Amino acid sequence: MPGQSDKVTIKIPRPLYNRIGKLIEESGYNSVTDFVVYVLRDIASVHNRAEDEVYSEEELQRVKEHLHRLGYL
Amino acid sequence: MIAPHGGKLTNRVLEGEALQEALKEARGLPRVEVNSELATEVRNIARGVFSPLEGVTPSEAFQSIIESDALASGVAWTIPIIFDVPSRDAIPEGQRTCLVENGQARPLAILDVEDIYLWDKQKAAAAVFGTTDSNHPGVKGFYERGDYLVGGKVELLDNNRGPYEKLNLSPVETRAVFEERGWRTVCAFQTRNVPHRGHEELQKTVLGLVDGLFIQPVIGRKKPGDFRDDVILATYEALIDNYYAKDRVFLNILPFVMRYAGPKEAIMHAIMRKNYGCTHIIIGRDHAGVGDYYGEEDAIEIFDEPRFADLGIRPITIRGDFWYCQKCGRVASNRTCPHGKEWQISFSGTKIRQLITEGEAPPPEIMRPEVFAVIQQFDNPFVT
Repeated sequence: MPGQSDKVTIKIPRPLYNRIGKLIEESGYNSVTDFVVYVLRDIASVHNRAEDEVYSEEELQRVKEHLHRLGYL
Repeated sequence: MIAPHGGKLTNRVLEGEALQEALKEARGLPRVEVNSELATEVRNIARGVFSPLEGVTPSEAFQSIIESDALASGVAWTIPIIFDVPSRDAIPEGQRTCLVENGQARPLAILDVEDIYLWDKQKAAAAVFGTTDSNHPGVKGFYERGDYLVGGKVELLDNNRGPYEKLNLSPVETRAVFEERGWRTVCAFQTRNVPHRGHEELQKTVLGLVDGLFIQPVIGRKKPGDFRDDVILATYEALIDNYYAKDRVFLNILPFVMRYAGPKEAIMHAIMRKNYGCTHIIIGRDHAGVGDYYGEEDAIEIFDEPRFADLGIRPITIRGDFWYCQKCGRVASNRTCPHGKEWQISFSGTKIRQLITEGEAPPPEIMRPEVFAVIQQFDNPFVT
């Protein structure tokens, strides 16, 4: 969207911010923000969902039957 | 389950009635022969390995990849999947064309030819390989290709899984297996070698971090002296049978043509594994590198670049030199072991190959006896 920044601000408790600051000393992370972004991306990758399904129910059933035949399911 | 790259798992494999109709149509279409490597790429596109791609790269996407490491939609992509031809009239533009793999009678796919365009090989080489040096095997391969590229969507007619059918699952299938096993986090391990104890230690360390390990040997053209595909698969099966918790590991091949594009190829390897359903991938030193074209950690550091920050799949990076330390009594590295060289037994691939060639068993600290026993069953375990 025109004029909209590609970054947003998220507030976290200052004691937690300070604690993370200590944790990342000499860790290779340049800032608390870098560390928090890394952790959130890691979590988000696991909970990422597909936008929509390309495979129909019938096709998915065929996939499962094939995997059964091969002994995987 | 992690979303496929670009949000959708591509499915361009025709089956049932649609396949029968397409086979009828193919009989009346112009036919173009393609080599086995392009046939592999077409199958990977159709099966969703290269999701969100639906065909060979058209001009707009090609320019976008070369200039910004992304598809025209903005989705990260580092290596274009190209179909080259020697001249503009080698294939009819704007028409559907039947692709046939060299030496095969059955049609491979129908290509809906979207565009045919000239490409700047030097610019493309610089973008993909980081060099225009023709001694680089990938650059050389670019220079030897035709002057024109063809773009367009494919529909696969021949979903032949090759000689390793049981180990050649497509992304939709591996995802179903991971789901069935309840794996929420899965780490991919790519290999082109028989397993030694260093590999085993690394894989088992990673298994302490994630739910499942996806071991995926790359199958395809190799250079003389490399281990044969069937040897690699048989040795991994022996290792898993004897030393792994079977409900935590899954072996599946990746038919793929290595580019040796170092960091850009590491990103592509990660994207493919994301499509197979992996949340993590092991990236080692000089991953997908060749000669001294790339720095040892280039393929690790590229994942931190902002344009790849939203890939979804995360690298598990392995740093350090590894060996078996007789004093530690385990696999060790320069980051973990204080002992001198006199205690070290090297995992040198050259040394292991030499011992095997001479019919001598590598020390059990280097290679499991069960793995060596499998290798011994082959008259010649190496590509000639």
